[in-house]
Amino acid sequence: MLKVEEQTPVVFSSELLAKFDDIKSRYPADKSKSALLPLLHLVQAEFLWVPTSAMDQVAEYLNIQPIEVYEVATFYTMYFLKPQGKYALEVCRTGPCCLVGAEKILSHLENKLGVKEGEVTADGLFSFRGVECLAACGYGPVLQISPEYTFYENLTTESVDKLIEDLKNKS
Amino acid sequence: MSRKLLLEHINVPGINTLEVYRQKGGYRAVEKALKTLTPEEIVEEVKKSGLRGRGGAGFPTGMKWSFLAKPEGVARYLVCNADESEPGTFKDRYLMTYIPHALIEGMIVSSFALGAKVSYIYVRGEMMPQIRILEKAIAEAKAAGWLGKNILGTGYDLELYVQPGGGAYICGEETALLESLEGKRGNPRIKPPFPAIAGLYGCPTVVNNVESIAAVVPIINDGGDEYAKIGIGRSTGTKLISASGNLVKPGVYEIELGLPVEEFIYSDEYCGGIANGKRLKATVAGGSSVPVLPANLTLKLANGEPRLMSYESLSEGGFATGTMLGSGGFIAFDEDQCIVRNTWNFSRFYHHESCGQCSPCREGTGWMEKVLHKIEHGHGTMEDVDLLWDIQRKIEGNTICPLGDAAAWPVASAIRHFRDEFEWHIKEPVKSQSQNYGIANYATPIEKAPVAEEK
Repeated sequence: MLKVEEQTPVVFSSELLAKFDDIKSRYPADKSKSALLPLLHLVQAEFLWVPTSAMDQVAEYLNIQPIEVYEVATFYTMYFLKPQGKYALEVCRTGPCCLVGAEKILSHLENKLGVKEGEVTADGLFSFRGVECLAACGYGPVLQISPEYTFYENLTTESVDKLIEDLKNKS
Repeated sequence: MSRKLLLEHINVPGINTLEVYRQKGGYRAVEKALKTLTPEEIVEEVKKSGLRGRGGAGFPTGMKWSFLAKPEGVARYLVCNADESEPGTFKDRYLMTYIPHALIEGMIVSSFALGAKVSYIYVRGEMMPQIRILEKAIAEAKAAGWLGKNILGTGYDLELYVQPGGGAYICGEETALLESLEGKRGNPRIKPPFPAIAGLYGCPTVVNNVESIAAVVPIINDGGDEYAKIGIGRSTGTKLISASGNLVKPGVYEIELGLPVEEFIYSDEYCGGIANGKRLKATVAGGSSVPVLPANLTLKLANGEPRLMSYESLSEGGFATGTMLGSGGFIAFDEDQCIVRNTWNFSRFYHHESCGQCSPCREGTGWMEKVLHKIEHGHGTMEDVDLLWDIQRKIEGNTICPLGDAAAWPVASAIRHFRDEFEWHIKEPVKSQSQNYGIANYATPIEKAPVAEEK
């Protein structure tokens, strides 16, 4: 097991497994490991993070060793290995966005939400982190919100405040 | 106005749909290719066009295609590299968002030319909205008979799938991308064998950038010779430039290669000058990996001639006074920006994105980040600048893939051209925390070299 503080194992719904089957059909029959990254995205969209019990079940589904899933889930930055806020805000913090104020947006989020990068707000609604280049440098500063990866461009502290309020009202 | 091949119809309402894309002449290239050309003839047209890989390396696309091995009974694959992650580059996102059928049309023609029956578009995972757009467009194309079995009754079958990445810059390197597509960590492979011989699942594979594949459409429609007439010298055709940083109008622009850099930055047709009435201090012309240049060397060559947006002109003078076109990620820095801080930022990026396979890159990128952090925050010593120079030299050329070079070059060029700014941070540890070094002499015009008098 990758994490010791594991909670109750998650259960894959038949709808989720049907999506798995669709993805698996895209590769040659003996190369179904190719489905691993897309499957982990589906898991994360369902549970908002990737628990170890889900990784073990994905391994079983693809007929590969659990370690083959763990090494992939830990290598790629998109997979959350611990629970996040319902809205996980990811702000680009790479060069071009910093030229137009990304650092200000990150420190504003910290003040506004009252949590540090990587922490979840007490109501469970928000977490945030700085991420590397999101390939939208001409529209910076930018942020995206998983699991839908909705995208927000040309951010100002005011537009971030409004976004947070809108998300709060939505919940 | 310069000619537009890829973005000609970008502002047409509904161009993201098959119906409008068809009305504007879309999928003509598929009809022409599948019904009137052989795969070999298509490869020949692409060779004639002089098209060079638009992802950064600039290798001739037609030549890459002609290297593809074709053993009997072995599947061949075309994989589109849509893992756009190079800081400063966002043209592929733009193309996929607004005119997804241009990529799909290019994929069909290219797959036919290469003999691929199954092709994948590997899109970086963060671009979920673009993945949804592409999947919708593929479904439309399939329903209309442009994909699937027996396309246009020609007997050619093609399935096209979108594969999401997991968030890793390194997967833009083609062999790391293939590893990732096989469901593994994105560790670049040792070459040879090249993907053309043993790529996806060990089968012959071509990996091409989004823009390169989209460019195949006008090449087939108008012919390789016509495409080659656009541009300058060995820089043929048009190129998408992603413009970011302190510009009046950042965004994606299609230019004819050979456009003067000065015109690109200052004319209203393109970036419209530097934002807030400030002066240009420096640029990174081709994505974060290429050398940073001070304003004067951006606009003029060392001999005083104007510098052009082309593969050759941007690299004129080598790394001593030049840079590279790279992926076309053009980042402009105004007079208030700090080169030390930006170099530190880029170093953190490369440290974060190193796959960890090769020691020089894994250890060196982190070491450079720490030293740059120290200088930026007022704790640097003069020896640190030499140390940085030493570290970057030991990374460059000593790694399996070009990420090591990409991490070394921004640091090397920053020290080469902006050493005085590094030294100022060290000599003025307190002042440098609240003030910027400014534009110094970085924009001082370069005089045109005197013409040698004839004897």
